[in-house]
Amino acid sequence: MSGPRVGLFVTCLVDLFRPTVGFAAVKLLEEAGCTAEVPQAQTCCGQPAWNTGDRKTTQAVAKGVIAAFEGYDYVVAPSGSCAGMLRVHYPELFVADESWKARAEALAAKSWELVGFLVDVLKLERVAADYAGIVTYHDSCSGLRELGVKAQPRALLAGIGGLHLRELADAEVCCGFGGTFCVKYPDISDRMVSNKTKSIVDTGADTLLAGDMGCLMNMAGKLQREGAAVRVRHVAEVLAGMADRPAIGEARDGGEGA
Amino acid sequence: MEGSTSHDFKANATRELANADLRAALSGSDRTFVAGRARVVANLPEFDALRDAAKAIKDHTLANLDHYLEVWERRAREAGGHVHWAKDTAEARAIVLALCKRAGARAVNKGKSMIAEECGINEMLEANGIRPVETDLGEYIIQIRHETPSHIIAPAIHLTKAQVEKSFRETHTGLDPARDLTEPRALLTEAREILRKKYFEAEVGITGANFLVAETGSSIIVTNEGNGDLSQLLPRIHIVLASLEKVVPTLEDASTILRVLARSATGQEFSTYTTLSTGPRRADDLDGPEEYHVVVLDNGRAAMLGGEFHEMLRCIRCGACMNHCPVYQAVGGHAYGWVYPGPMGAVLTPALIGIEHAAPLPNASTFCGRCEQVCPMRIPLPGMMRKWREREFDKGLTPRPARQGLKLWAAFATRPRLYRFVTGLAMGALARLAGRKGRLRRLPLAGGWTRYREFPAPEGRTFQAMWAEKRGRP
Repeated sequence: MSGPRVGLFVTCLVDLFRPTVGFAAVKLLEEAGCTAEVPQAQTCCGQPAWNTGDRKTTQAVAKGVIAAFEGYDYVVAPSGSCAGMLRVHYPELFVADESWKARAEALAAKSWELVGFLVDVLKLERVAADYAGIVTYHDSCSGLRELGVKAQPRALLAGIGGLHLRELADAEVCCGFGGTFCVKYPDISDRMVSNKTKSIVDTGADTLLAGDMGCLMNMAGKLQREGAAVRVRHVAEVLAGMADRPAIGEARDGGEGA
Repeated sequence: MEGSTSHDFKANATRELANADLRAALSGSDRTFVAGRARVVANLPEFDALRDAAKAIKDHTLANLDHYLEVWERRAREAGGHVHWAKDTAEARAIVLALCKRAGARAVNKGKSMIAEECGINEMLEANGIRPVETDLGEYIIQIRHETPSHIIAPAIHLTKAQVEKSFRETHTGLDPARDLTEPRALLTEAREILRKKYFEAEVGITGANFLVAETGSSIIVTNEGNGDLSQLLPRIHIVLASLEKVVPTLEDASTILRVLARSATGQEFSTYTTLSTGPRRADDLDGPEEYHVVVLDNGRAAMLGGEFHEMLRCIRCGACMNHCPVYQAVGGHAYGWVYPGPMGAVLTPALIGIEHAAPLPNASTFCGRCEQVCPMRIPLPGMMRKWREREFDKGLTPRPARQGLKLWAAFATRPRLYRFVTGLAMGALARLAGRKGRLRRLPLAGGWTRYREFPAPEGRTFQAMWAEKRGRP
């Protein structure tokens, strides 16, 4: 008996900046009984074009993703934002093109955010990992509001030995990343992320977790600029027991800290 | 667009972000509104069902808008009212001015009305030697400070109590300079005393309308200060300013929407005053105006019917979207540069003044989706902001750097093999640049990021490169 065949949509930020999260996702999927595969013909979900209003380019990128992943039972991404793009927005992309619309809808129906997939589809209740520390959790907007990811990460984190979760005030308020928003409106984005880092520091947690690399890089970069001693990790790293590597933006062994 | 600085949103925002008073004022207010709404919504298990019902009423009305406007007009006339149709703001101003002149008005009482703001009624009245007297406390405060509203239901929300106290002392010069105004209550009492005297001086009263009711020909306003009643009952002539999408079929429908309106707006179960006006004073009425006029403004709304922005016409102006918007809460309402701020303004403003005059507004969003989550009328605000971005892109209005960046990105994103090769080299270089520190303090072409944050360096090799090595190609 073999479990479902899952195509991992790595996401561009995990692929380029944080491969650890990709390996953590594979480990979690395999331990839960899935066969995980990673098509090489993937780049990005297309959000930069979609959120700039460039439908044609988005369609071109989306067609590549759809073709690369339609053979799998499920498509899973370690990101609420990219999974939301596949699940919610791909079907909106092809209004006039019936054939691509149908293919987009078929892909959307089997696309999941990683932690939501583990809990809601695979009915996973517990992971075999330990993490000694006080963590706080930021609910990234797309995962939360487009896909309903809220209870699932908390359910799995609750079973991790040594981990103590302290909830963040305004956990559901945007961190100010917003893809290209953070460079198009840097001043506004800075105010938003400053509000967020204040809430994070106020919890007294030593670790910040979330499910999206964009938000994590934004918050990590701000915390480090402020000199705050909070480590920032993707939730999958902790769930997979792979939190022994340097945190996001953290000095590697022997390097000088902030 | 005359009077609008929406095209300068970015500069406006930078200016407002530096405004410490604004920050102090908004930090308290967003908690009040957000917590208030959350509380009353939690207390009403059928709130979501009520939202569906309210949405259905508006959807039905908008699909039959001509019919309900005609029925409303007929009933309003039967009740002795006068109906004026204004296709744009110039026509609305001309109608109001003619009515004021005929009444020999030297002063006009004004209840809160965003349509009056859209039409520039105050400026027009002043230019014609007629004194507008704002009777809503917030509107009064910004009037004496020569400002515009920064929020559609809380016009002076951008001000701290200390700023209001200062303005009162500077304006109300006849009062004891040593008086104690430290308590908000004292400010309210002082404003009331000043305003009460003025209520009796005006020949004309102007109010907005939350609803026009087809069934009865009535208009409805909701207030929390009761000022609307005084502004419309005491003068000889009452002019209602309404936009055409305010019509609903029945009183029952209005009451359904009122239940979601107050909860979404201020966290109240119902507004303190709900005032229905049906025609002028009748023979046996105790009070009321001699004449009752309604000016119905189109100004671009009819053109939205059936189009991509049709659903925006469901908006009931509760302000929940801006109360919950992290961008609005950071920059305040004035940054948006025209009458309607926040997410609803980011969708409505381009429709009314043109995307070429308001392109930054629908772009100034992270698409966090909180506005849509709380909108009582379930308006897909982020989706419509994206539609504006599409229009902007299709018209070639998207700024050049964004277009060129996108083109370059697309060249790689659609060629996975090339993408893997180039990104592999780039990430390696970035990781080496950061060294053991794991992050970068400065990075060429990423000044918007590194001005405020460190840039977390990539781990080194890409996932795809390592995966191919480990597992081979699938």
